[in-house]
Amino acid sequence: MLTYFLRRLLMAIPVMFFVAVFVFLLLRLTPGDPAQAIAGDQASLDQLEQIRETLGLNEPLSVQFLTWIGNMAQGDFGRSLISDRPVLEMIGQRLGPTVALALVAMGLTLIIALPMGVLAAWRHGGMTDRLVMAVSVIGFSVPIFVIGYILIGIFAVNLRWFPVQGYKALADGLWPFVHRIFLPGLALASIYIALISRMTRASMLEVLREDYVRTARAKGLPESLVLFRHALRNAAIPILTVVGTGFAMMISGVVVTETVFNIPGLGRLVVDAVLARDYPLIQAIILLTAGTYVLINLLIDLSYALTDPRIRYQ
Amino acid sequence: MSLTTSAPASPRKRLLENPPHWTTVLALIVLLAIIAMALFAPQLAHFEPTKLNAMMRLKPADETYWMGTDSFGRDLYSRVVYGARVSLLVGAGVAVGAIVIGLPLGLLAGWFRGLDAVLMRAMDGLMAIPGILLAIAIVALTKAGLTTVIIAIMLPEIPQVVRLVRARVLATRSETFVEAAVLLGTRPMRIIWRHLLPSTIAPLIVQGTYIYASAILTEAALSFLGVGIGTETPTWGNIMAEGRLYFAMNPWLVYWPAIVLSLCILSINLLGDALRDRLDPKMKGRS
Amino acid sequence: MKLFNIKALGAAALLASSVAALPAWAETTLTAVMQAPLRSLDPHLSTAQIVRTHGFMVFETLLGMDDQYQPQPQMADYTVSDDMLTYTLTLRDGLMWHDGTPVTAEDCVASLNRWSQQDGSAKTMMKYVDSIEATSDKELVIHMKSPFGPVLELLAKPSPIPAFMMPKRLAETPIGTQIPEVIGSGPFKFVADEYRPGDQAVYVKNEDYIPRDEPASWTAGAKVVNVDKVVWQAMPDMQTSINAIQSGDVDLIEQVTIDLLPLLAMNEEVETGILNPLGAQVTGRFNHRLPPFDDPQVRKAVMYALDQETIMQTAIGNPDYFQLCASIYGCEVPLASDVGAEYLEGTAEERMAKAKEILAASDYDGTPVLMMQPTDLTVLTTQPIVAAERMREAGFTVEVASMDWSTLQSRKNGWQPVSEGGWNFFFTYWGVAGIWNPLVHSLINGSGEDNTWAGWPVNARMEELRAAYLTAGTAEEQKQIAEEIQQIAWDDSFYFNAGEFKSVAAWRTELHDIQSGPITLFWGVSK
Repeated sequence: MLTYFLRRLLMAIPVMFFVAVFVFLLLRLTPGDPAQAIAGDQASLDQLEQIRETLGLNEPLSVQFLTWIGNMAQGDFGRSLISDRPVLEMIGQRLGPTVALALVAMGLTLIIALPMGVLAAWRHGGMTDRLVMAVSVIGFSVPIFVIGYILIGIFAVNLRWFPVQGYKALADGLWPFVHRIFLPGLALASIYIALISRMTRASMLEVLREDYVRTARAKGLPESLVLFRHALRNAAIPILTVVGTGFAMMISGVVVTETVFNIPGLGRLVVDAVLARDYPLIQAIILLTAGTYVLINLLIDLSYALTDPRIRYQ
Repeated sequence: MSLTTSAPASPRKRLLENPPHWTTVLALIVLLAIIAMALFAPQLAHFEPTKLNAMMRLKPADETYWMGTDSFGRDLYSRVVYGARVSLLVGAGVAVGAIVIGLPLGLLAGWFRGLDAVLMRAMDGLMAIPGILLAIAIVALTKAGLTTVIIAIMLPEIPQVVRLVRARVLATRSETFVEAAVLLGTRPMRIIWRHLLPSTIAPLIVQGTYIYASAILTEAALSFLGVGIGTETPTWGNIMAEGRLYFAMNPWLVYWPAIVLSLCILSINLLGDALRDRLDPKMKGRS
Repeated sequence: MKLFNIKALGAAALLASSVAALPAWAETTLTAVMQAPLRSLDPHLSTAQIVRTHGFMVFETLLGMDDQYQPQPQMADYTVSDDMLTYTLTLRDGLMWHDGTPVTAEDCVASLNRWSQQDGSAKTMMKYVDSIEATSDKELVIHMKSPFGPVLELLAKPSPIPAFMMPKRLAETPIGTQIPEVIGSGPFKFVADEYRPGDQAVYVKNEDYIPRDEPASWTAGAKVVNVDKVVWQAMPDMQTSINAIQSGDVDLIEQVTIDLLPLLAMNEEVETGILNPLGAQVTGRFNHRLPPFDDPQVRKAVMYALDQETIMQTAIGNPDYFQLCASIYGCEVPLASDVGAEYLEGTAEERMAKAKEILAASDYDGTPVLMMQPTDLTVLTTQPIVAAERMREAGFTVEVASMDWSTLQSRKNGWQPVSEGGWNFFFTYWGVAGIWNPLVHSLINGSGEDNTWAGWPVNARMEELRAAYLTAGTAEEQKQIAEEIQQIAWDDSFYFNAGEFKSVAAWRTELHDIQSGPITLFWGVSK
């Protein structure tokens, strides 16, 4: 198990290198000019040229790439082209809100979606099933920004239960934090609630037909124990896969949610960076998310082995 | 409870004994209606979807403009009707494309352990890049056209298909009947075709409907962020994205396309569910 | 009794001193949503409006500009010799940089040098300048080779790029590189620790700032700060901003989408109005180097086909907030005139007929026109669509290419054929302060040189007139030259002037005495 873990860690290096090369090329082949973002649209071509020269954007691509990789190997992620601030400092400023938002959304998802899915599978074909699926499908079918606006319209503007926008760190107190992050968390969770509850249901349906579930029932075990101890545990693999892949997809939801609720997180930082062609910043954020993603998936793969005794790794 | 007592039967027999639920029928009707709307858009629409009228901006619904007008003074109803074309195409293009590319990769990765490591690392790499960012970059790289948007949305979806298929294959290949087939010397391709492929169909249908739905939503998100298909080609996504600015004044600019889009996705999902329940590989395997 | 009084006095004194020690007790914070997020901080480097507004918070200019467009003393008082060859500027007393060091003439010379390498008009001015030198700690002198009309105007201008003053050590930062620190002498100090690029910028009142005695007028006069702290909060979504000002989360929105004003009209706690009397001109630019718009007749057909009213009506909606005029300098500035109005006369249909006629008579062969359309900049998304429709009606083949604003901006800088990523036409807008005279106006450059602003028209007469404007002796002479320039800009179809719109701001009624200005000003206002 340990060797497997170490081997997978080693394998993450080529993955990250692939990401680095891919992203670097993709960005540099994309039209757009960071100098323009610095100098504004009324700048003359002379001014732009001067800025490009200073930033080293006139160097050959290979030189730029090697410089970047070399600096990163020494732990230097560089400075933002636009704001001239260290990239890591900018990411650090924006990391907290995004992590908080993602965790809250994931928490809400699991609390809501798992029981929904199990219930639907248990009452398969009945009204409860249809109702659960109908509710989940709404989360699927309505764009996050519409859900966001509806939530804001009802709970913030009309009922005034929540603030309309903004973010407070946990350090500012539990209540201000929860108060502001609940609606965006719910909006972001909506799509995952739909996804996870469907996956749970589909997976549970399979498992519920297995012999050992019948046996457990025949033995007269309480239904809740059968459902949650025996069935759900074995239905976990596809669910875990989706939770893991959901992380990458969550970024897109995060971008939109952060925009609607005005949360100063990484999602907005990265979109701004793309639109302004702030290369070092985009590259660093992508490597960071890619690294996190690789790690999460490694953990999920490991948990496969733990949840499903049929899968073994040498 | 009905589960444990349902007896295995052939698909056709089951269909006869167990007619589709009324919601499935309704879903089918709705989806067909939306497809018809897309096909007959020129006959159904009242105006060219791009016809501007600066004097008729943001008007509420009336007899001429069934759903009112948008900020360009264009007829919202006509745009929603035409929007069905592009949105359906984006969804179908992405779902079909992702599965056509992802399924064989997943089968190979799941079966051939040597390929697995390389392939999955490449998939990990592709997947680790946030899809929205990839899409923004790709759309910006070329033109903000239909094909670009489809490819941009499809690329990040592929690894998910591969992973799902692979996970499924890993679980199935240790089943007794597969191990027996291996011992009997059955060729790998045959095993994949006969035993592994069928076991992936049910989860793929679930995943495929999800991809279809999410592709339409991702297109909307791209439009929301300002990098979607240009406004000269109406899509439900860019209609909503343009309408969102006026949400508080006239939420129907968003609600109309949202309702049609939601109905469309709802029916696709319900059909996917129904199909899934009928095509269950375990039941099929035992009949 | 006596003892009691003494105790009471002591308590009162204690209370007073504790209040003084804890300004947070009564701190007023003004939170504003600006029209764009602040991403870079060097006001010499960027032409973006938000960076200029940031510049006027922290930095000052030697001269300010009042609401009559006149240069007035700000950091310095000035004298001009009778032969117009010597400008003497004397720094006023009490000026301190935010790092605590005094402002010296030498700092200002270094700042002027840096500024004049970056600003287009200043570069022009430097051709006439013999030397700029500090003659004492307080005095600097500009010696001219020959008279140049707008020296004072340039030192005072609030348009890109203002002549901001900074300490010598920052002013020596090479051009092209951003200044490493934000240290100015202005009424606000920048709080570097609380700055989150693209999201939040924080300024605190500069307690050491000594305002002038004259009343405030635009960037001239007394800059009296009545709030302790100003927070700029970026909000990428206008709906969010509107919700936030209604709930009191923010105090001011610099630019509200005009269609959404009715939402705020119902709210008694929020006022709306125009804080910046100068509007912005929407301009449709031809690429003069590529067919079909290398042909003046084809350009002229477009000039008649496009319709100011339809474009502005679709983009803005409410006619209270847009203005149609022929003036290429802005509708209400001193140089504004009706010259060239013949291109706007008659009904849209009559002009369309004329456009068809001109195009039919021209050599236009159906070459598709590539119209760039930004997808992520709301103010400029509608114009290309409206224009494309009118141009198609006139007989053009038009392809609308949608792209993000950043792509558009860099694509506009190239003149390669359309098939290799070139362009034919696009829209942008200019704050009137950036076009209000022939010196600062980038679109009327007729030299056709590679390094000029996108479009590259060539017109020799235009160049003569632009040069003549700089040395014109009187206001009348200037005005006459400006009018001739405007006539050529229309006749030779340099660009299409699509009209002018105003930015509407919204603020909560707790705010009093908001200043009007060429940019949003945060002095004078109290809460």
